[in-house]
Amino acid sequence: MRSALPIATVVVVIFAIWTAAVVPMNIHLTADLAGRQDIAVTPETPRERQEVGAISLALQNTSIWGMTYTLDRPNLPSPHQVAAELYKSVFTVAPTSRRSLIYHAWVTLSATLLGFLIGAAAGILLAVGIVYNRTMDKAVMPWAITSQTIPILALAPMVIVMLGSIGVQGLLPKAIISAYLSFFPVVVGMVKGLRSPDHMQLDLLHTYNASGPQAFWKLRLPGSMPYLFASLKIGISASLVGAIVGELPTGARAGFGARMLVGDQYGQPILTWAALFGAAITAALLVAAISLIERKTLGRMGMRMAA
Amino acid sequence: MTAPVISASSLDLTFQTNDGPVHALSDVNLDIGKGDFVSFIGPSGCGKTTFLRCIAGLETQTGGTLSVNGMSPDAARRARAYGYVFQAAGLYPWRTLEGNIRLPLEIMGFSEDEKKARVKRVLELVELAGFEKKFPWQLSGGMQQRASIARALAFDAEILLMDEPFGALDEIVRDHLNEQLLALWARTGKTIAFVTHSITEAVYLSTKIVVMSPRPGRITDVIESPLPKERPLDIRDDPTFIDIAHRVREGLRLGHADD
Ligand SMILES: Nc1ncnc2c1ncn2[C@@H]1O[C@H](COP(=O)(O)OP(=O)(O)OP(=O)(O)O)[C@@H](O)[C@H]1O
Ligand SMILES: [Mg+2]
Repeated sequence: MRSALPIATVVVVIFAIWTAAVVPMNIHLTADLAGRQDIAVTPETPRERQEVGAISLALQNTSIWGMTYTLDRPNLPSPHQVAAELYKSVFTVAPTSRRSLIYHAWVTLSATLLGFLIGAAAGILLAVGIVYNRTMDKAVMPWAITSQTIPILALAPMVIVMLGSIGVQGLLPKAIISAYLSFFPVVVGMVKGLRSPDHMQLDLLHTYNASGPQAFWKLRLPGSMPYLFASLKIGISASLVGAIVGELPTGARAGFGARMLVGDQYGQPILTWAALFGAAITAALLVAAISLIERKTLGRMGMRMAA
Repeated sequence: MTAPVISASSLDLTFQTNDGPVHALSDVNLDIGKGDFVSFIGPSGCGKTTFLRCIAGLETQTGGTLSVNGMSPDAARRARAYGYVFQAAGLYPWRTLEGNIRLPLEIMGFSEDEKKARVKRVLELVELAGFEKKFPWQLSGGMQQRASIARALAFDAEILLMDEPFGALDEIVRDHLNEQLLALWARTGKTIAFVTHSITEAVYLSTKIVVMSPRPGRITDVIESPLPKERPLDIRDDPTFIDIAHRVREGLRLGHADD
């Protein structure tokens, strides 16, 4: 837990910047509101205020700073507003309700996990193929790389629409986009891992006249584990991004993506931000879960973890 | 005189590299008899490792003939005729000491009881009993090297090929391991081919010392040691020992003079 202090420092700094930014970001909205409530603001008319920059407007109206933190529809919600929304949507409504963030989290999470399983399995199988088959080595890698250069935002709607037109809806299309994003880091990491045994270790097996499968199970596969886990951690966060992106183009009604969209379309940035934080926390938990499995697995294999 | 265990005649090996051919072995003629302890000594790049790898079937000669147990080296490899100790210990970091020694036994399909018994026996042989559950990084370099020797001994091959197994160790540990290796050799009657850079080590251990020289890699002298099989460490102050060491040093110097 020696890493707790630096992390806490970074968090405090980010929150400080965020809190400070709320005032100038919301000052124009606040001044308009204050004007309507007959609170004195300088300059007086909205037209004149348009001419003034956010920071100087904020400096001229220090008395209304407090109000910038409590707007209903702020440009930038304050940390406590987001926290309150998170608390409300997580703890005060039943998890089966559409207003519960847990409900939306589960919708996105199920697509993420399914996509991750498909992506990781495909990644591992492709890596084995690439390492053992010269043709696949030549043929697959360029395509895998090309696949990642296509913007997912362009591809996601096509996948959703095409699958929708043949009647596949809901979980699976999102999982496929998830898998599409997560297989790549797994392929790259696993190929590197399976190739990590050095010549001497391979020669050693040769002196035992070990078979190909024996070399795979006893040397290449265990040797690849540290690489595999590193790429699984990248893969699972990519999966989550994929699932969220998959919710955006169709105007899905549930999931983090849907929540962000709703917040955006109905001018409720607090909702969007709460969904954003919900997604970030989910990603952190997913990565932490993989890390835990990693520590257990590598620990049992006697490998020391690099911190 | 029985047939030699390892027999090389006019052995030649040229590596084709990007910088042109490298003549690693040239006209190597050597017979190694059953129970011999043969050391290979010579400057870096003279083909010691390459020759050992040829015997092991890990490289294939480009000329001449080489037989191991009367077979081709590759057939001997498939018959698991030898144990190979590499220059680095090369233990699998994810296996315990015991797991590492089990590796060849698993691959060769020994029974569970047999595996247990053999692991126990070879660990005692290299004085590592009690360290079964340790992982390689928990052991000193010398212990790791002994473990890699135990691994090569576990399946009881008649031939032991050792490439500078003690090269990275300090003098004291090395002396100790040399004594142990001699004792093991005396007890088991194995045929050992041993690469070293140390003249003392070569003379102390061997019944036959092969002096090599580079560019192209070749044998310049083969010395049959008159030393008795029973060798306490202080035999190294014996005049016979010093004579042989002198001859080896001369051989090495002549090899270098060609440069
Ligand atoms: N796989 C290879 N491909 C090309 N050249 C090689 C290869 N292996 C060895 N050589 C070359 O063959 C020559 C002999 O190498 P070798 O490793 O047998 O030397 P060595 O006597 O074991 O040296 P050292 O004492 O440094 O271990 C060297 O010039 C080396 O560069
Ligand atoms: Mg060498």
